[in-house]
Amino acid sequence: MTSAAGGLFSHVEQGPPDPILGIAEAYKKSTNPKKLNLGVGAYRTEEGKPLVLEAVRRAEQAVVSNPDHEYLPITGIPEFNALSARLAFGEDSSVIRENCNATVQALSGTGSLRVGAEFLARHYPVRTVLLPSPTWPSHNKIFPLAGVADVRAYRYFKPSSRGLDYEGMLEDLRKAPEGSILLLHACAHNPTGVDPSLDQWRGILEVAKEKKFLPFFDSAYQGFASGDLERDATAIRMFADEGMEMLLAQSYAKNMGLYGERVGALTVVARDAAIAERVESQLKLVIRPMFSNPPRFGAAIVVKVLQDPELYALWRKELKGMADRINGMRTLLFQELQRAGAPGKWSHIVEQIGMFSFTGLSKPQVEYLTAKWHVYMTLDGRISMAGLNQASCRYLAEGIADAIRACP
Amino acid sequence: MLSGRSALPLHSQTARVPAAAPRRCVICAHAVNAAVATKQESRLAFVEQAPPDPILGVSEAFKRDTSDDRLNLGVGAYRTNDLKPYVLNVVKKAEKIMIESEENKEYLPIEGLAAFNKATAQLLLGEGHPAIKEERVATLQSLSGTGSLRVGADFIGKFLPGRTVYLSNPTWGNHKNIFTDAGVEWKEYRYFDKATVGLAFEGMLEDLKAAPEGSIVVLHGCAHNPTGVDPTREQWGAIADVVEQKGHMPFFDVAYQGFASGSLDDDAWAPRFFAERSIEMMVAQSYSKNLGLYAERVGAINYVLADAAAAKRVLSQNKRIARALYSNPPVHGARIASIVVGRPELFAEWNEEMGMMAGRIKDVRQTLYDELVKNNPDKDWSFVTRQIGMFSFTGLSPPQVENMTQKHHVYMTKDGRISLAGLPSNKAANLASAIVDSFKV
Repeated sequence: MTSAAGGLFSHVEQGPPDPILGIAEAYKKSTNPKKLNLGVGAYRTEEGKPLVLEAVRRAEQAVVSNPDHEYLPITGIPEFNALSARLAFGEDSSVIRENCNATVQALSGTGSLRVGAEFLARHYPVRTVLLPSPTWPSHNKIFPLAGVADVRAYRYFKPSSRGLDYEGMLEDLRKAPEGSILLLHACAHNPTGVDPSLDQWRGILEVAKEKKFLPFFDSAYQGFASGDLERDATAIRMFADEGMEMLLAQSYAKNMGLYGERVGALTVVARDAAIAERVESQLKLVIRPMFSNPPRFGAAIVVKVLQDPELYALWRKELKGMADRINGMRTLLFQELQRAGAPGKWSHIVEQIGMFSFTGLSKPQVEYLTAKWHVYMTLDGRISMAGLNQASCRYLAEGIADAIRACP
Repeated sequence: MLSGRSALPLHSQTARVPAAAPRRCVICAHAVNAAVATKQESRLAFVEQAPPDPILGVSEAFKRDTSDDRLNLGVGAYRTNDLKPYVLNVVKKAEKIMIESEENKEYLPIEGLAAFNKATAQLLLGEGHPAIKEERVATLQSLSGTGSLRVGADFIGKFLPGRTVYLSNPTWGNHKNIFTDAGVEWKEYRYFDKATVGLAFEGMLEDLKAAPEGSIVVLHGCAHNPTGVDPTREQWGAIADVVEQKGHMPFFDVAYQGFASGSLDDDAWAPRFFAERSIEMMVAQSYSKNLGLYAERVGAINYVLADAAAAKRVLSQNKRIARALYSNPPVHGARIASIVVGRPELFAEWNEEMGMMAGRIKDVRQTLYDELVKNNPDKDWSFVTRQIGMFSFTGLSPPQVENMTQKHHVYMTKDGRISLAGLPSNKAANLASAIVDSFKV
């Protein structure tokens, strides 16, 4: 093969493996029968199997029996957008009533964040985004690639308590430039599982108002965290009810188990309907050269589930079931860690919420756990509770105890 | 990276709106959060209304027209002779198979469904192609043609900085937006010749020769959009000569493989020819039209390279780009495609259905041609049957297009493009007389 430069791409280097998805690849390669995959954030049943919700199966049947693959509008299925906004902001939200929201269908959480970030880079004068430390690694990539170049971290996780560094957080926020984009995890913070309390959310809101921040909520676990859809939207609704202009990236990957279908929505809440309409027109200009129009199948399923009272009730029940199992694993792991005599305090395992837990394990301890115990997890000490069951909780607890003793 | 961005003013004088009225409680009309709403102006107040999409606007205007004679020739999706959308039988069968086997909905890897990627590279180059055997093809499933072009464009922007992309004049409008948003500079090469209603062949070669060495050249694999004008095989040979001489990199946009002529192999002739010539290239593929999977966003970006090591590295970098755009691609459409391609009886049936779709387009072109000749035998209407694919560049000027719409209720894009997919055979006579009349304007 020839080309002028003797290979146009000879200078292209191998990219590093993705920190999270790379773990799944490593897990697959392992042949050890005891191997445990606590990497990817996908729900697993007690038997360790992926789960497709019954409500989703039924909705899917209905969608497939009325085949339609015609292009969606650039902004996606209108009913999907309306239902998603209602799910997040609540039936009685003034945001919706007054049409202050521009809501567009996008590719799950990632795609919604990217479209939102691109929009902000073009139309919002402050190119600073504040990210919690730590946060989902992709946040650090998405914003600068979209053109929001100034990425700053605010203190969030306090290693000593394995809880929220509330004072540190407010201090860092107060020092940040006025008008910054403030990225907040709506609930079930990823990777730590540490969420602010109601009072702490109020404190954060006050600082956000003081500093004229533009909040950008990443909501990937509504209903999946506590088992209650309304409860998990508390922070979003608190900010919206205060009249804050803000952005929201919603994902149905976890709460409806639609992972690979890439279903999500981006909402921009503006001061009034006229602005929201103009914002929507600009969102279309971001979307068209990115993917033209969003994928239909998953969104059509969501519409069915949210619109059909029986399916909706079934979904709520199944959602609670998943959240309950995860909370059950937290309790069990906590008990097993004490039984195994793992050094240190472990109450954070039951205090944290959602699919992930920040164990507090150090990098060497994680590497040890992987090498000797075949436990696959991210190097920051994050484990996915969804990957555990009754049997593996004991195994993991013993592994953790061993790792801490081996790498003090 | 940001060089291609449209420079919208951050604060536009014209977009200021008065401070919003306070939101009122629906029940008691009590002002809600009045203090917040009236004191603070919106931080987004200066966002301007974007212009409407030129193609969508056509469909919207068509919908408002109540005339029985109205024709929507703006549509970019296949329609049956009864002007209905068409869901392929093989797609219905594949979906049924998926439902019955209770497939899960787990995340795909960043690069997409392995079975789909394997199948798509084979469809493009032909099964058993040496480039595939030698692992010199990097394939990443992406969001149909647009998404694949965008990942490729972002890759060019990051790893081939400073290079210019050359687009045909005219080309699909979104090509320009995609490269602009990827921060890649684009220029145009002559393509459509108004005089012959055909290819501006000499002009094209001249422009490609004049382009700096190592430029990227976007070429339509077949069924050029919007003109329907494709180079002949001989012309492709000359184009390849220039590309080779100048060390250009072709970037093929393959959106109609199988849909144009009915034959997957014939429609892939151009990219395969370049592969034969050992020219490194990028190829964006779409299954929107040939599998009718429009809304499921099924496609792939391919790199056909000189060595396997480069292909591996290039794939790893494309994965990073995709990860920050959408993480991993949608599973549904890719599964459908891989089932259809993977089962011989479905694959055969798919070929038949493509033949049927391409056949209807060819037939209606012939019918339109016959009617045009009947109506005005003195003008050369041969472009209608010479052009290929869904679209046809009529050569009508904007005022003439205006006449088509205002007088004859024919909706089409201002550039003179019509979509044959939107033409039922029993309306060909009407369309012919409208065209003949409009040329007089």
